[in-house]
Amino acid sequence: MGGMHGFGPVAVEADEPVFHAPWQRRVLGMVYQVVGFGWANIDAFRHGIERIDPVRYLQAGYYGRWLASLETVLREAGVLAPGEVDARLAGRPAPPASVPRDGLPHPTAGFVRALDATPRYVSGQTVRTRNANPAGHTRLPCYVRGKRGVVHRVHPAFVFPDTNAHGAGEQPQYLYTVRFEPAELWGPDAEAGSALHVDLFEPYLEGL
Amino acid sequence: MSHDHDHDDENALRAEALEALLTEKGLVQPALVDAIVQRYEQDIGPMNGARAVARAWVDPEYKQRLLSDAWQAIGELGVTTGPELTPIVVLENTPAVHNVVVCTLCSCYPSSVLGLPPTWYKSPPYRSRVVREPRVVLGEMGVDVAPDVEVRVWDSSAEVRYMVLPERPAGTDGWSEERLASLVTRDAMIGVARPGVGDA
Repeated sequence: MGGMHGFGPVAVEADEPVFHAPWQRRVLGMVYQVVGFGWANIDAFRHGIERIDPVRYLQAGYYGRWLASLETVLREAGVLAPGEVDARLAGRPAPPASVPRDGLPHPTAGFVRALDATPRYVSGQTVRTRNANPAGHTRLPCYVRGKRGVVHRVHPAFVFPDTNAHGAGEQPQYLYTVRFEPAELWGPDAEAGSALHVDLFEPYLEGL
Repeated sequence: MSHDHDHDDENALRAEALEALLTEKGLVQPALVDAIVQRYEQDIGPMNGARAVARAWVDPEYKQRLLSDAWQAIGELGVTTGPELTPIVVLENTPAVHNVVVCTLCSCYPSSVLGLPPTWYKSPPYRSRVVREPRVVLGEMGVDVAPDVEVRVWDSSAEVRYMVLPERPAGTDGWSEERLASLVTRDAMIGVARPGVGDA
């Protein structure tokens, strides 16, 4: 959503509770178990959120989006049959395609991975982000595509969300914090005296 | 603005049906849902980050450790945190630099040390605007940043999490760590507020 217009002021709720309704607690606890025990990985879960109809995405609220994606990823994992939750709500028997599974497939072991290769870029180096618009999951925000920045910090390698979200493996990649100047992102009328720092995976970058 | 309430009844029914199904299939334990929720409602919250900030204010060597290896430094305090699955980077505010944290892609947040994020942090207005007009957004939220102070916005676009180390407010000489920690709000550690003696 970075840079989009029209959403108005930030509405701050004084003395906000941790949850606003009991069902939000249940959704959080379910998602933490489903993701934590590896029935679906965090990247697939985020991609499930991104595929929500845009109008519904904005109307559903945070935990509403979580609930929708939880159903999506479990259906794609074969744990839920299509329409199984609707059937339960209507008091009908579960459709036969439901696949109960044994064991825990891929428990989460953090996201940092060791790589034999060394990082391609170093701190202080000028890089440009790729102008890529993949249909699937990516963590390259739209507002920094095709932009020039400077590597601020080189991190260890992390699980690569772009492949992990789609069952194509972890394929770990080095991560970089890249600093962008506001005029590079927003043009000559950009607010002065600020800088954007964005965490970007090595495949998102090219040297200059 | 969250619209969770508009769909509350529908979501409540759907969540209940889903939990029943996942419990039958052995994916979810309802008691574990309770335990996870309880941790975030009672044990893990901004008080954890606030203790690290207060220690950093009184102990320069601790501050260096917090800035260079935040997990190790936070671990020294013996506070309850969430799972340490990912690095956390602490950003120091100074007279020349003001840091502020966002996640434009979803709502990534240092939950392990600050608890669960507030609704405004997850809302489209904050996520869309603070990267484009950080000074305006900060001003609206009550933080005026002088023109000669650089605003650094950190978009948590991967698995690194960010927490702000605010400046120690004036008028707190000789205060105990505990009293100092009481000044450190969640919003100050996101970077959208400044700790102040008058606010405590």
